[in-house]
Amino acid sequence: MTISLAAQINSVLAALILLTAFGLLVQRRIYGLLHLFAWQGLFLSISTAVVGFVAEKHHLYISSLLTLTLKVIVLPYILHVLIMRLKIHKEIETVVNVPTTMLIGIALVIFSYSLTSPIRDLSTHVTKSTIAVALATVLLGLLMMITRRHAVTQIIGFLSMENGLFFAATSATYGMPLVVELGVGLDILIAAFIFGIFFFHINTAFDTLDVEQMARLKEED
Amino acid sequence: MSVAIPYILDGLQIIILLFAAPAFAGWVKTLKCWFQGRTTAGVLQPYRDLMKLLHKDIVLAENASWIFRFTPYVVFGSVVLAGGIIPILSIDLPLSATADIIALVALFTIARFFTALAGMDIGTAFGGMGSSREKTIASMAEPAMLMAIFTVSLVCKSTSLSQMVQVLAHGEFILRPSLAFALLSFVLIALAETGRIPVDNPATHLELTMIHEGMILEYSGRHLALIEWAGMMKLFLFATLGIAAFFPWGIAAANDFPALFIAALSLIIKLFIAGVSLVVIETGLAKMRLFRVPEFLGSAFLFATLGMLSYFMLE
Amino acid sequence: MTILTLLGVSFIGALILAFVGDRKFAPEINIVCSFATFVASIVLALRVYHDGPFVAGREFFFIDAFSVYLVVLTAFVSMTTTIFSKPYMRREREHGRVGHWGMRFYHAMFQLFIFAMFLCLLTNNVGVLWIAMELATLATVLLVSLYKTPTAIEAAWKYFILCGVGIALALFGTVLLYFAAEKVLGEGGEALLWTNLSQVSGQLEPTVLRLAFVFLMVGYGTKVGLVPLHNWLPDAHSEGPTPISAVLSGLLLNIALYALVRCKVLVDGSLGTHLAGNIMMGFGLLSILVASFSMLRQKDIKRMFAYSSIEHMGIATFAFGLGGPIATFGALLHMLVHSLTKSSIFFTVGHASQMHDTQEMSKIRGLIRGNPLVGWGLMLGVMAIVGMPPFGVFTSEFLILTATMKDAPLMTPFLLLGLGVAFAALLRRVQPMVSGHIPSWQHPLKASHVPVILHMVLILVIGLYMPDFLSRWFHMAVELLK
Repeated sequence: MTISLAAQINSVLAALILLTAFGLLVQRRIYGLLHLFAWQGLFLSISTAVVGFVAEKHHLYISSLLTLTLKVIVLPYILHVLIMRLKIHKEIETVVNVPTTMLIGIALVIFSYSLTSPIRDLSTHVTKSTIAVALATVLLGLLMMITRRHAVTQIIGFLSMENGLFFAATSATYGMPLVVELGVGLDILIAAFIFGIFFFHINTAFDTLDVEQMARLKEED
Repeated sequence: MSVAIPYILDGLQIIILLFAAPAFAGWVKTLKCWFQGRTTAGVLQPYRDLMKLLHKDIVLAENASWIFRFTPYVVFGSVVLAGGIIPILSIDLPLSATADIIALVALFTIARFFTALAGMDIGTAFGGMGSSREKTIASMAEPAMLMAIFTVSLVCKSTSLSQMVQVLAHGEFILRPSLAFALLSFVLIALAETGRIPVDNPATHLELTMIHEGMILEYSGRHLALIEWAGMMKLFLFATLGIAAFFPWGIAAANDFPALFIAALSLIIKLFIAGVSLVVIETGLAKMRLFRVPEFLGSAFLFATLGMLSYFMLE
Repeated sequence: MTILTLLGVSFIGALILAFVGDRKFAPEINIVCSFATFVASIVLALRVYHDGPFVAGREFFFIDAFSVYLVVLTAFVSMTTTIFSKPYMRREREHGRVGHWGMRFYHAMFQLFIFAMFLCLLTNNVGVLWIAMELATLATVLLVSLYKTPTAIEAAWKYFILCGVGIALALFGTVLLYFAAEKVLGEGGEALLWTNLSQVSGQLEPTVLRLAFVFLMVGYGTKVGLVPLHNWLPDAHSEGPTPISAVLSGLLLNIALYALVRCKVLVDGSLGTHLAGNIMMGFGLLSILVASFSMLRQKDIKRMFAYSSIEHMGIATFAFGLGGPIATFGALLHMLVHSLTKSSIFFTVGHASQMHDTQEMSKIRGLIRGNPLVGWGLMLGVMAIVGMPPFGVFTSEFLILTATMKDAPLMTPFLLLGLGVAFAALLRRVQPMVSGHIPSWQHPLKASHVPVILHMVLILVIGLYMPDFLSRWFHMAVELLK
């Protein structure tokens, strides 16, 4: 595979990751969100493997496998079990309406593009053009967390942020050292268990997973 | 003689447009019937419908103004002129240097503008409703369409359609995510502009659900024939526009007979496939509530903008 | 070897307590583990004091005066907190606020949290620093919601989400740091080692480091509790069990600040300008002002002291941002005395709220009459924390004010304003709480004497007479933070 073909494939995958990030932003049905998140993880792991193949960094294959297991299989499965146990059926309403959210998302993409221009100028990697997409995914995950009212969708936004961070690591550098990646993966797994426990606590205490209901701790006058 | 060839080709394109458009519409209707398990009326039915309408009398309302009588001709004329700009068979068209996609969009806008006026002209409630809905959709669809086509023109460094086809068909093949996004956006916009499901149901008889049909509810006779024909041609043109912008392989660059023959053959095959995909989309989706249409068009705009951004970011 | 003891004892302690945490002897195991880690930390400190900074474990660990001082502090405060936690949690258990699974979880997570904090301080790898910080956050998230009331769950959720987001941004900053480091140091694990980074900091690309610092500031700054990223702090520190509030306020904030300062040193070396310092000063000043004014409106006692933590962390951040030997000395001293004072205050507050079954300040009265240790402990602690001489906080704040007047005179009025408002807010509330007659709803309580007395004595000693070894230790740390 020549460098430019790999760069093109990587660009296509980056575009797909960005597309899934936007899709997560506007999707209303909870299983739709779950599937989009799984697809995002899949594109991410394929991209890591492609970069590993082109740059001949074999530890990226391990990272790719790790991403695949964790983000495409384990985490969606945990979320699926939680959704079934918590009997979440309804559509999720957003705080801000959908077209406005999309416009803010586009603004964030442009912002992240301008913010990462120094890195693009300095980078010699084949993946330098995708760092803007990585930061955009992080910011879109953040936007998703802000504009959603349901606890599960906030967590999916958080996980999508982590996806963006991982993508940033493979775009700017050829992946962080393996010990760091394993540690990050472990942290995410622990976080997954914790938020699983959390959902049950929230559901028991509030009888809903709508986080707008959790507004008792405020400044008193 | 060679000077006149572009004009002859253009004339040929317009003739093909005039007489193949009802066939394409008929093909789409036939496929829909097959998918839905009904008996078809045949691919040639639209021709019969048009002939029937041309022979009928016009029934005009008493308070119809000149706009009402003028509109069918304007609509028909602008769509035919648009057919002269889009490279259906060949890129060697006389107007290719001056008439680009902006002119194309403007031509469609003229048609839509006059139709909307005509809908309000008589003063019926359904006409006004159709006009206002159509204008709402247009206000969101037009920027998105321009954005989508601009993405293609960024890649090809020109807004002229002939130039675009030239670069895409005969340049080197690169996987471009920007074009993929632009294609996705264009498909959504085309569905909105031509009034297909999931935006508008062309076969509806319930006036409250009409958008395009509502505006032409009062037309009869040859006026209605011209407008219906223009509608079929618009569908045909959007299909060929999509083919020219995103799948331009086969369009003739040279003017000799073999190239034109190949162009015609590839056009037929691509329209065949376009018809199938259109019917798959229409059968698979349900018509959206009117209040969801802004979201639909917003996502089309989003894809188009993403395409443009990914051109800058990734290429 | 000592390092392995430090880490190993707390980790194994966590594992053991996961199984036996609800038995009667669990608090004793907790105390023993913490005592062992404290002894190990003293040994480590002595070694650094005599021999200077060193690396260990194939460059995985790095200890210098800055980190070892925090290691000793962490070990000490966690030891006293475990002593305090024994009667406190027993009473909570008796009143049914925590079940037996909760107790196991509490003890195990406590030791795991200590482990994560030590890992944070001892590691040489900037990436592992991040991992340990995240681990520390995750260990405490469910502890904040231990009582499972709606407000506790809400506080823990806010803590989880806000700190999670902040930490994710800090990871992006770390990635950028690695990107810049890779160019100079080559790929692989070496590029993330702090020892290598500090040596080549002048060669790291300024534009990238500037961007990295912004992300790191936002990320680790959220964990320090700097305004405007502080929303989780008052809730998290007030809703969890008091021992957890004490270690969160006293220790975790310090460690987040440590991470921030380490990054600042790198960025200063690369940029050469005072940008990082100015940003820190800005955030610090904002935190001081917002926190002190917010303290005027509080009704819950732990929330008020949580805002006080924000304010003091703001002072420390401001001082680190100011730079220069006096301010840095002051900042290091401030981290120490704030940690000791705040945890002592939380010990007394915990007992006070147990005595009255509420955390609302309007319902707590007559502490000195009811339980002199708690009453006087709270009074003296508050006097210490607002900066009255002869306590240690006065010394550090005085040093910082002096440095401000010398290097950034225009900031002095704001600093004084913040300190003054905090002074008024705290004394206004605490005075009615400690004085007056015993209300009818107060229960008698056998308080835990040792931690409070130990802390207050230390603060007094540091204020009156700074031991020679301590000032030399700080001077060594200041040298490293140039």
